[in-house]
Amino acid sequence: MGKIEWAMWANEQALASGFILLTGGIVGVAGQFRGWQFAAYAVAAGVFVCLLEYPRSKRSKGTSMARPGQYCFTVCVKAFGPLTRNYYVRAFLHAAVCVPGGFMLATVLGCVCLGIASLIYLGAAIHGEQWVPILPHKEVRKPMESMKNPPQNPPPRPPLEMRRKRVDDLEGAAYDNPIPVADE
Amino acid sequence: MANKIINNGLSAFILVIWMGINIFLFVWFYLFYDLGDQFFYTRHLLGSALAWARAPAAVLNFNCMLVLLPVCRNLLSLIRGSFMCCGRTIRKQLDKNLSFHKLVAYMIALMTAVHVIAHLLNVEWYNNSRLGVYDKLSTALSDLEDTENTTYLNPIRKTDIDPQQIPTYLVFTTIAGLTGVIITLALILIITSSMEVIRRSYFEVFWYTHHLFIIFFAGLVFHGAGRIVRSQQTTDPPHNFTFCKDRTDDWGRIPECPIPQFAGGFPQTWMWVIAPMVLYLCERLLRFIRYMQTVTYRKIVMRPSKVLELQLVKSGFKMEVGQYVFLNCPAISQLEWHPFTMTSAPEEDFLSVHIRSAGDWTDKLIDIMQKLPEGAQGPKMGVDGPFGTASEDVFDYEVSMLVGAGIGVTPFASILKSIWYKFKDSNPKLRTRKIYFYWLCRETHAFEWFADLLQVLEKEMEERGMDHFLTYKLYLTGWDQSTANHVKVWVDDDTDVVTGLKQKTHYGRPIWDKEFEQVRKENPTSVVGTFLCGPQVLGKVLEKKCAKYSDVDPRKTKFYFNKENF
Repeated sequence: MGKIEWAMWANEQALASGFILLTGGIVGVAGQFRGWQFAAYAVAAGVFVCLLEYPRSKRSKGTSMARPGQYCFTVCVKAFGPLTRNYYVRAFLHAAVCVPGGFMLATVLGCVCLGIASLIYLGAAIHGEQWVPILPHKEVRKPMESMKNPPQNPPPRPPLEMRRKRVDDLEGAAYDNPIPVADE
Repeated sequence: MANKIINNGLSAFILVIWMGINIFLFVWFYLFYDLGDQFFYTRHLLGSALAWARAPAAVLNFNCMLVLLPVCRNLLSLIRGSFMCCGRTIRKQLDKNLSFHKLVAYMIALMTAVHVIAHLLNVEWYNNSRLGVYDKLSTALSDLEDTENTTYLNPIRKTDIDPQQIPTYLVFTTIAGLTGVIITLALILIITSSMEVIRRSYFEVFWYTHHLFIIFFAGLVFHGAGRIVRSQQTTDPPHNFTFCKDRTDDWGRIPECPIPQFAGGFPQTWMWVIAPMVLYLCERLLRFIRYMQTVTYRKIVMRPSKVLELQLVKSGFKMEVGQYVFLNCPAISQLEWHPFTMTSAPEEDFLSVHIRSAGDWTDKLIDIMQKLPEGAQGPKMGVDGPFGTASEDVFDYEVSMLVGAGIGVTPFASILKSIWYKFKDSNPKLRTRKIYFYWLCRETHAFEWFADLLQVLEKEMEERGMDHFLTYKLYLTGWDQSTANHVKVWVDDDTDVVTGLKQKTHYGRPIWDKEFEQVRKENPTSVVGTFLCGPQVLGKVLEKKCAKYSDVDPRKTKFYFNKENF
């Protein structure tokens, strides 16, 4: 656990809102409700929000949990650069997208949910968060097991257990001589 | 297979019963609204959407009643205590409380969706009838008004606004509509903030948002008060709809067809949820009382790698191995309770927890403790518990194989200590003669305190000449060439380079075939209990090995697999 990343919750909320908007829209269109044009809009808006929100952002710390099969969505969303990266843009986009949903009952719930998501995104943006794509990290090539490689850690090298105790200060640990050296 | 039935049979049985009740309620209420004569006219306006709205409502009542029960942890402890006589399998069910809570919550979410969609249709159909879009009967029924000798059927009374906005107006001006919207929103927020990723990583968000349940239940109790679903009342003379439905013009004029009277159903939801709400209130009161009880610090120790050990004393506190407590530190947060597995043994006169720096709350706690002057009492600490079923099975086997993976090693601290105390005192309840302990770990840094504990045990056993009692093997699964080289250099050393223990750390995963073979060879006639606290994948492997290495001959070695859910 670490610092709260509001965008993670905003993302869940927005994705759920997308589904609710979509469902409301489908009910409205299928039932041919009064003003079903708004429902048709809600279907489109719901799909759009779902597609935009499906790829989860990378967490600033700790393991990122990608949604199943989000890779190709990530690539698409990443292509828009700062537009999708900046959470202020998302907050205002969702706020704008949700407005027409308020004109008929079937989409009101989705509209309010998306509005809430927009507010959480605004909070995330104020906290300085931004969307970072989760991309499969490139294989870090380990040096081959051979004697040709030069030493990675310059001497003097203390025994490993002395280094291990000072994980918080790696720099200092590497150069710390545990045995007091006295000039005789 | 038999093992599986013993382990999972009861949960499956409970699930089948729960699902059965859900299905029964759904079907019963569906048929009640779909076939009932008193709803003939209502159905004429709404079609099957009426039944589709009411059947989920009944299931919702039932599940909203259940959803609070599994989170009353003190209540569960009480039940667990009174089931002492019964088998462990029954008590074990109570440890699956949160899975059940989630399952019930999923059902609530599903039924809410159906209920909301059906009501969206209902409102639209009502609106259409009111505006005279459908046949003559629908219009006539909708035109009925609340006067001295008529009662309305169609709740839409206001028609002089934009027809498209009438449904929205209705929803936001009636008790049922408004509470419905509010509690659905509360439910959605609760659900989105309890997704795995939020719950595990940002517990505070999850924890605070979950308290919207107060709004949810308050709204739920009043949701039915609007009595918006209306049924036909028996009148004198009776209004026979089969005869009268095509004679709307004659309603009130001929004696066979008086004007039909309608009334809303009696609200039922509060009857379902009031008892759990009271129970939950008691639970919160009890938690408050527990919080007020004084807890004194016996010792505060900072272990390596930012692990804090707290030894607390609370009068009247009794624990068993493998149980956990909830801690609340008002200096950090008045409201948050965090669970910790106890690492002390029941034989000790205090309770101890090891708290690893893992988030805001733990970081702040460690910070406060570090700033304390030597020997001072820490900040006020509330202790609620203990909870969870004790893992006493370990003491029932002659030979125990304990397998802990990563953080799963925590409960074994308590178990190992307790076994050691019992062994020292020659406690008759202890049948264990030998323990094999396997500890699989990606990196030992975070669990150095556990190595410390093992070291203490090791020393004590050596002093008493009983070092054969505990055999432990450490497996470091995350290692690289440099560690290996380092180990090669220090291989002749008396203690291990990583942990400082007598037993050498192994690198990579254990070869289970070899381990089981060895245990079998060393204990040719024993019953061996295998206990795992770790990931499921490992559980499957061990379960298979246990079956493979158990001998059919009853006199020879047998392995029993137990997966502990701590």
